[in-house]
Amino acid sequence: MAHLLLDVTDVSKRFGGVHALDSVGLQVPYGSIVGLIGPNGAGKTTFFNVITGLYPADSGIFLFDGNSYFPESVSKVTQSGLARTFQNIRLFGEMTVLENVMVGCHCRTKASVLGAIFRFPSTQREERSIREKSLALLAYVGLSESAHMQARNLSYGHQRRLEIARALATEPKLLALDEPAAGMNATEKLELRELLLRIRADGKTILLIEHDVSLVMGICDSLTVLDYGKVIASGKPADVRIHPEVIKAYLGQGAV
Amino acid sequence: MKGFQIVLKGRLFHRLPRSAYLWIGIIALILLPWVVGASGGNYWVRVLDFALLYIVLALGLNVVVGFAGLLDLGYIAFYALGAYSFALLASPHLPQQFETIAAAFPGGMHFSPWLVAVFSIMLAALFGIILGFPTLQLRGDYLAIVTLGFGEIIRIFMNNLDRPFNLTNGPKGIAAIDPIQFFGISFAKPLDLGFVQIPGLYLVFYLFLLLVVAIAIVCIHLQNSRIGRAWVAIREDEIAAKAMGINTRNMKLLAFAIGASFAGVAGVLFSAFQGFVSPESFTLWESIVVLAMVVLGGIGHIPGVILGAVLLAIFPEVLRGIAQPLQQAIFGHVIVDVEIIRQLIYGLALILIMLYRPGGIWQKSGATR
Repeated sequence: MAHLLLDVTDVSKRFGGVHALDSVGLQVPYGSIVGLIGPNGAGKTTFFNVITGLYPADSGIFLFDGNSYFPESVSKVTQSGLARTFQNIRLFGEMTVLENVMVGCHCRTKASVLGAIFRFPSTQREERSIREKSLALLAYVGLSESAHMQARNLSYGHQRRLEIARALATEPKLLALDEPAAGMNATEKLELRELLLRIRADGKTILLIEHDVSLVMGICDSLTVLDYGKVIASGKPADVRIHPEVIKAYLGQGAV
Repeated sequence: MKGFQIVLKGRLFHRLPRSAYLWIGIIALILLPWVVGASGGNYWVRVLDFALLYIVLALGLNVVVGFAGLLDLGYIAFYALGAYSFALLASPHLPQQFETIAAAFPGGMHFSPWLVAVFSIMLAALFGIILGFPTLQLRGDYLAIVTLGFGEIIRIFMNNLDRPFNLTNGPKGIAAIDPIQFFGISFAKPLDLGFVQIPGLYLVFYLFLLLVVAIAIVCIHLQNSRIGRAWVAIREDEIAAKAMGINTRNMKLLAFAIGASFAGVAGVLFSAFQGFVSPESFTLWESIVVLAMVVLGGIGHIPGVILGAVLLAIFPEVLRGIAQPLQQAIFGHVIVDVEIIRQLIYGLALILIMLYRPGGIWQKSGATR
């Protein structure tokens, strides 16, 4: 399975009596955009939280970039190259847009306390490169003009973009986006789609949770559909959309 | 309005180059103790000296509360650790109590304050980490309660460690502590430069001023670094900070350790300056006063914190000078104790700040908290 960047199988997670995830598996090939869809409450975000270490999994086999890992610590998962965004935006509101992205560079830089206090030449070089890299990322997602605004004052669509820029600053191999198009208008969605395709073209792999079916169908290479914590279908978008289980989950029993 | 501001700024602030203002500030600070001493006497120079120590404390607490957002109500304990370290290592107390120590130091125990300061930095940082470890999962109110307990534990230890063996001399405190020395120059007596005599209190002022400048620079450098950004990220959203690959545990411990080490240094200088320490100087009230300085001045904003510390350190003394004579003049005798008025005004000031200017008196520009 050398072509898989992320390969998780048999992931289970219970909250008390609720089986939120029931042996869920998901494969993400290098350089692809994989979508994870499903009705509300199907367990998509829970799955995200499990693979990124926010919730401990009850069981599961996790392989990332050829290495087995058990997601226990969010920061370690990020350090290993799996960065995520959040469904309910979690920016550092009091910081500027630029500083938000600079925080993202934290785990790829190494200035120590002494370095920070005494500002050794190496620390200053590092600080300059953090700044340049962050400005470049802001330009990449189209937020250059807002660099010195406070993050909380950004418009909704721009906050989503900033979250993506911040995640990219951690230099991920896999970018996991939790409903990036939620609450966006049609223009913003088009821009987002263009941005995601550009990110993939630049060699990143994307895992996408999304409600917006047209967006998902348009850009994903493959789809996995969750319902009640179980995978009910997976495959190419065109096959998944006519899968009877999927139609049943979205439209109800009678629609089949 | 905007145009007006620009004109105003241009007039007031850009007529002289920046370095000119820096030099004016430096000269003003050098002259300050002389002016204050000439007009108000040594008492007020002492007040200034203590104000500078409070700035160090407030800057240290600001690292913990302002940057990392960890509410610490036991901060004064680290100050106590520094103060007692020096009191024990540079006073006749230990040799008097323990014969072995007296035998080991026939000339009396007189460790250099600078040596003890280095030791206290490490001791306080260690205790900061010890306090940090069990409280890492806690936030807000819960953390505040645990740190409050820690502060009280340290104070109660100081208060009761006169039995079974007399380590801290209990509530009576430790006296006859060595004064500050700097390359053989004692700060207890005036320094004769030939053309002018600099009183010891003024020397202390300059020394503390240097310390404040050094610590303020350390704070500014930390704030504008990868580490300072990580702290603010933790304060703003801990989960998102973790998702940025930040090791939040280590960063929090680091904030505790650095904040504590500032207080440790301040404690050493306090006990050398005062010549006497007792548990009374390290009550919960002191922790609250330092926290009030940070919050009132401008939490997380270094110039604001310095302003808050100066205001709250000098205010009680000004109040003492006004409230007592005023009451006597009006009523013939003192009706309300100055201490009570002080606490009343503190409380009122904090409520007003929280209601109308939650970022503090001098908050970061653009802050909207």
